[in-house]
Amino acid sequence: MRIGVITFPGSLDDVDAARAVRLAGGEPVSLWHGDHDLKDVDAVVLPGGFSYGDYLRAGAIAARSPLMADVVAAAGTGLPVLGICNGFQVLCEAGLLPGALTRNSHLHFRNRDQGLRVERADTAWTSSFTQGQEIVVPVKNGEGRYVAADADLDRLEGEGRVVVRYVGGNPNGSSRDIAGVTSADGRVVGLMPHPEHAVEDLTGPSTDGLGFFTSVLTSLVGAA
Amino acid sequence: MPVVVVDVVLKPEISDPQGQAVLGALGRLGHSGVRSVRQGKHFVLEVDGTPDAAELREIAETLLANPVIEDVELHLPTD
Repeated sequence: MRIGVITFPGSLDDVDAARAVRLAGGEPVSLWHGDHDLKDVDAVVLPGGFSYGDYLRAGAIAARSPLMADVVAAAGTGLPVLGICNGFQVLCEAGLLPGALTRNSHLHFRNRDQGLRVERADTAWTSSFTQGQEIVVPVKNGEGRYVAADADLDRLEGEGRVVVRYVGGNPNGSSRDIAGVTSADGRVVGLMPHPEHAVEDLTGPSTDGLGFFTSVLTSLVGAA
Repeated sequence: MPVVVVDVVLKPEISDPQGQAVLGALGRLGHSGVRSVRQGKHFVLEVDGTPDAAELREIAETLLANPVIEDVELHLPTD
C-alpha cells in the first residue's frame, strides 16, 4: 500500500511520518505541495511542522497550496487522509474537517507525553484500537486549542465525530478535551498529538502511535 | 492607489488568551480602567483601479479570516 506524505515549506515531521508508514508495513511516497500529483497513493498523511512559519494562521497558506486542491477532491471520493498537528490545522483550514486550532489558552508551547482516549475505533485511521482504549503519544504545539461554536461542538459530539480526547490533563485548553476529529465518513482524521513519534521503544514513550498507520493499511486491504 | 483595509477579529464566543494576557499586563501597569482587550489583525491592501467590493469581501472571508472563528470588517476607500 502506497501512503503519501506531503511536504510543505516548513514541514518538520514528514520524515518521521514516512518512517512510521514503513514500520507499519506500508510504502511511504513523498509528495510535494507545489505539484498537482498524488502519485496514485492509497492514502495521504499531512505531517506536523510550521508550514509557512504559521503566517496568517497556522496551516492557512498550506491549505491553499496546489496539491491540497487534489487532496480535497480525492477525499471527496473516499481517499483516507490523516493530518497530524500542523497537518490537522491544514485540514481544518482546507474545510475537510470542522473547527479550528488556535493559540493555547496558557499561551505556552507545550511538549510532553500525553494520554489520549480513543473515542472512535472505526475510522480508517483508528481501527487497530478498541473503543475507549487509552494510549500515550507525544504532544507538542503552541496553537493546538481546538475550538468551534458551542452548537457545532454539540453537533460533532452527537454525530460521534470526536476520534481522540485528552486524558490526564488538557495540554492546550481545547474545547471538551478534543484532541482529534473525523469527517462524517470516517476517512479523514486530524489530531494534534503525534502518533508518528510513538512507533519505536527507543525513541518514543510507547509504540501506541503505530496503530494509526496499521489501521489505514488494514482498511485499505479490506476495501481492495 | 486605492487602499482597502480589512480588520479581522475573533468572534465574541471564541476566547482570546492573547487579549487576556494584554489585559493582565495593563492591570499590572496600573491601568485599572480597561475592562477587556480583544486582539485582532489589520490588513492594508493596495489595489489597482476601483476596488471591487464583492471580490474584496471574498478575499477577506476566504483567506484573510477563518470564518469558523473570526469576523471581518471591510473598509473600502471613501472619496
